[in-house]
Amino acid sequence: MTDTKLSLYQQIGGEAAVNAAVDIFYRRVLNDYRINRFFDNVDMEAQAAKQKAFLTMAFGGPNNYTGTDMRNAHARLVKMGLDDSHFDAVMENLSGTLQELNVPQGLIAQVAAIAESTRADVLNR
Amino acid sequence: MGLKKISLDGRVVVCQEGETVLDALLRGNIEVPYGCRQGACQSCMVRSLDAAPPLASQNGLKDVLCKQKHFLACLCYPEQDMTLALSRQPEFFTEGTVIGKELLNRETLLITVRCRDELDFYAGQFVNLKRADGLVRSYSIANSRFHANDLTFHIRRLAGGRFSEWVHKELNVGDILAVSDPQGLCYYLPEKKEQNLLLIGTGSGLAPLAGIISEALHQGHAGAVHLFHGSREMDGLYWIDEMRQLATETPNFYYTPCVSRGDAPAGVAKGRANEVAMAALPDLKGWRVFLCGHPDMVNQTKRQAYLNGASLQDIYSDSFHVASASLD
Repeated sequence: MTDTKLSLYQQIGGEAAVNAAVDIFYRRVLNDYRINRFFDNVDMEAQAAKQKAFLTMAFGGPNNYTGTDMRNAHARLVKMGLDDSHFDAVMENLSGTLQELNVPQGLIAQVAAIAESTRADVLNR
Repeated sequence: MGLKKISLDGRVVVCQEGETVLDALLRGNIEVPYGCRQGACQSCMVRSLDAAPPLASQNGLKDVLCKQKHFLACLCYPEQDMTLALSRQPEFFTEGTVIGKELLNRETLLITVRCRDELDFYAGQFVNLKRADGLVRSYSIANSRFHANDLTFHIRRLAGGRFSEWVHKELNVGDILAVSDPQGLCYYLPEKKEQNLLLIGTGSGLAPLAGIISEALHQGHAGAVHLFHGSREMDGLYWIDEMRQLATETPNFYYTPCVSRGDAPAGVAKGRANEVAMAALPDLKGWRVFLCGHPDMVNQTKRQAYLNGASLQDIYSDSFHVASASLD
């Protein structure tokens, strides 16, 4: 391992880390009064699966992310008023989740940068 | 040796070495739903009707789904030939004879049906009951697996409910009903016996919970078992004495009847069953939770139980949707 550079996904801890993060992240989001109304009336299992796919992507893991999927998935929420302030709140919960899991600051910054790259798609701009 | 035959709805594809079941099906132009292709979205979940799926293909699925051989096609490198089903198979019905009919309260009947064939069910599952003219309704099994030929049901009379009105008024001991294969994923498995159980039911949502409790206690469940049964008023509750008796006899069983309207007599909590339960048990980390009854109660409580610390994998629920058009 000395001469092989570990990927971001490996450094964070791979799928086990994603599973731990989904549990904390989703709970934080549902507890956040700024954004939890967007999660009313969703199928919780399906939502958790989507969050797992999203976090896997943000952690630099295997994914087939397409901006179109992200746009379609959030179009309904944009009509409900989803804007930058809500996106910021989710970013805050994401960092908080990783801090709670004692992920080093340098890696958190890399995850945040990947997540940030979805902003325009999520907000349908 | 690498080639495996995959059958689905009478069509067969050959899965190559190193190919997933999903890829093989798609290559064979067999339409299956799919999404992420990496085991996250669970869109491509299918069920094996014969061979046990490889463990890796069940990653992240609920234990009850694994038990019934569901798996993710995109993660499955088959180890043997497999026959698959996309969803439920066509229903199989057996003949049942009504052998008991008694009132539990003003609006709920306890019906006992003796089936010609023994049914392999898990406590908490439901069956479809079919009348001779084809009218079908789903009812939860209210007993444990220890009497597999006799099934009991709690049938609440709904205003304008075609099936329930008929059961209350016309169905008699000795009459015949068709009984489907047991279905549903809200059931008890005798694993992790030290885990605490929380069961919340409204109205006849007590039926599957009573089956689960009986099964769990028979299986020697060691964790605490907490039942909260709610209704608007006292006359909507039933089995109060029986449950109290069980709580007296069983050190790890706790029972709280709840009424949300009107006066609550001594020993009965005032409030909605889910709210009473969530206030009494604010920390559900590590608990297994069963929710049965009114769809709004079920959805709201699922979220709250999760926020109180229960893992989504450990929350089992069955919403009772009513078919009667005259009900709001």
